[in-house]
Amino acid sequence: MVRIKKSRMNRAFDAAATMWLAEMMRFWRSKSRIIGALTTPLTFMLFLGPGLISGFQFRGGASLDIGFFAPGLIGMSVLFASLFAGGSIIWERESGVIKEILVAPVSRFFLALGRALGGVTIALIQGILLLIFAHLIGARYESLAGVAASIAVMALSGLGFMGLGIALASKIDSSEGFQVIMSFLTMPLVLLSGAFFPISDLPPWLSGLVHLNPLTYGVEAIRCFLLGQSSIPVSVCLAVTAVFSAVMLWLGGRMFGKIRV
Amino acid sequence: MIMTCAIETEGISKRYGAAMAVDSVSLCIRQGEIFGLLGPNGAGKTTLIKMLCTMTEPSAGRAKVWGYDVVKEASSVRMNIGVVFQDITLDDRLSGRENLDLHGRLYGLDRREREKRIEEVLSLVEMADRADGVVRTYSGGMMRRLEIARGLMHQPNVLFLDEPTLGLDPQTRVRIWEYIKKLSGEEGVTVVLTTHYMEEADHLCSRIGIIDRGRIVALDPPQSLKDRLSGDVVTLKLDGAGDAESLAAVYKEHGLGGVISCGEREISLAVSEGEKKIPHILGLASASGISIQSVSLHRPTLDDVFLHHTGRAIREKDAGEAESLGHRMRSGRR
Repeated sequence: MVRIKKSRMNRAFDAAATMWLAEMMRFWRSKSRIIGALTTPLTFMLFLGPGLISGFQFRGGASLDIGFFAPGLIGMSVLFASLFAGGSIIWERESGVIKEILVAPVSRFFLALGRALGGVTIALIQGILLLIFAHLIGARYESLAGVAASIAVMALSGLGFMGLGIALASKIDSSEGFQVIMSFLTMPLVLLSGAFFPISDLPPWLSGLVHLNPLTYGVEAIRCFLLGQSSIPVSVCLAVTAVFSAVMLWLGGRMFGKIRV
Repeated sequence: MIMTCAIETEGISKRYGAAMAVDSVSLCIRQGEIFGLLGPNGAGKTTLIKMLCTMTEPSAGRAKVWGYDVVKEASSVRMNIGVVFQDITLDDRLSGRENLDLHGRLYGLDRREREKRIEEVLSLVEMADRADGVVRTYSGGMMRRLEIARGLMHQPNVLFLDEPTLGLDPQTRVRIWEYIKKLSGEEGVTVVLTTHYMEEADHLCSRIGIIDRGRIVALDPPQSLKDRLSGDVVTLKLDGAGDAESLAAVYKEHGLGGVISCGEREISLAVSEGEKKIPHILGLASASGISIQSVSLHRPTLDDVFLHHTGRAIREKDAGEAESLGHRMRSGRR
C-alpha cells in the first residue's frame, strides 16, 4: 500500500481540490456548457436589461438605469448557476457514477465542498461577465475595490445556494423531481429579492417576504459595493449572506454524507 | 500474530424491510487468494460486497477488512480496498488517463506516485496506447479494463470486483479473466469477485462461496465442490410431466440416492461409473412405467454443484440480469 504521509486535514483539502478540478475539467470539455455559461449572462443583459429599464419609471420621472439592474441580474445568474450545478449529483446517483467518489477514504463534507467550489467558480465566471457587459452598456461602478468586493459577495452567496442545491440533490431521487423543485424555488427567490425593483417602498407583506429571502441580501450587498447605495445596511447584508452560506454548506455536506447507494 | 484472513466476517447480515438480503454470513477470505462469490442475481452478493466496502452498514454481525472494522474503522478500510462496481463509474467525458489521475488525487497520491502508477496499471491492462482517448469512445471491455486499472491505482490490499464481466461478449470476458489472474500475481492483491457465471468462478477462483438467498450454502475450491458430487452426473429427460418425483423416489429406494435435482421433466443423478449404471437407471424407469426421452452423461460442473446446494438452476433468475444491463446502459448516457 502506498504510504500516506499527509495529514488528515491535508487529505481533506486535496479531496476538495480534486473535486473542484474534476468539475473544471468536465466544464472545459463540454462545449455546450461553456456556450451556455457565456451566452446566458449576455442574453440576460441584452434582452432583460433594456426591457426593465424602459418599463420602470418613478413618479418623479427619473428612471432606473442599467446600474440598478446589473446587481439583480448578477444575483439571479449566480443563483441559477449554483442551484442547478447541484443537479449533476442526481444524475451521478442514478447512474451509480457517484460510488467511485463515495468509496474514497476522504471526508464527504470536503467532497461536497469541492463540488460547491466548482459550481461557484462557474457561477462567478458568469457573474463577472455580467459585470463587464453591464459596464459596456453604461453601468458605472463606484470603485475597483467595490467591484472586487461584489465578486466576493457573489462567491459567498453562490456557495450558499450551491450548498442548498447539493442538499436537495442528495435528497431528491429523480432529476424530474429536482427540476420541479428548482423552478418552484427559483421563481419566488428571484421575484422576491429586489433584483428587479427597489425594495424600499413595498407594502408590508411583500417587504416581509423580501426580507426573508437570502438572495435579497446578496443582491443588496452587490448593489452597495458597486453603486454605493442600498436599502439594507451592507453589514447586515454581509452577515446574513455569510450565515446563510455557512448553514447551507453545512447542510449540503451533511446531506451529501448521508447518500446511500 | 500473522493475519491470514484478508476479510473476516462474523454473522454479518443485512435486512431490507422484512427481507434478509444477507443472512448471517461468516467467512474468512484468505490473503492473496481470488475468492468468488457465486450466486444468482438477487442472492445477496452485491449487498455483501457493499457492506465489506463500507458503502452500507450491516444490520447485524461484524466484518473486518484487512484487520479494520467496516463500521468503526471505515476510513482505514477504504484506504486498503479498491472497488470495481457493477455499474460503470468512469467519467466518460474525460480521458482514461484523467480518470486515473483524479482517482490518484482522491487517494492522496502525489504527482510522482500518480505518474508512476498510471503507467503501471495501464500496462497491466494493456491500455497505454488508448489512455488519452475520451472514455465515451471506449468499448465496454475497455471501460472495464480501465476501471480495474483505476481500482488498483492506490495499490489496495483487497480488490473487489462486482460482476466484472457482466454484459461483455465472451472474447472480452476471457481477456478480463487474464487481467484478473495477472493482477493477482503481479500486484499480490487479494481479489474478491462476484459472478453468476459458473465458468468464470471455475476458471478464476481459488475458492468459491456459493450464496443463495443471503446465505453461504457451500464454500470450497472449485474442484472440491465438484468432487463432492461423486463420479458422473446422469441427466434424464422425461416424456410426461410430473413423473420426475416418483422416479426420484424409485431411485432412492434402489440405492441411487444421489439425486441432484428434480425438475418437472428432468432429473439429475450423481453416480459413480455412470456409463455402467445407465442400463440399470433406464431399466428402473421402464419398470416403473415412466418413459424416457433422452439421457446424457457428463462430469459434474459447477452448475450441478449449484443445483445440488440450492435446489434450483442459476438461470432461473436471469430476468434480473436484463434489468441490471439496462441500468448499465443508462449509466453510459450523459
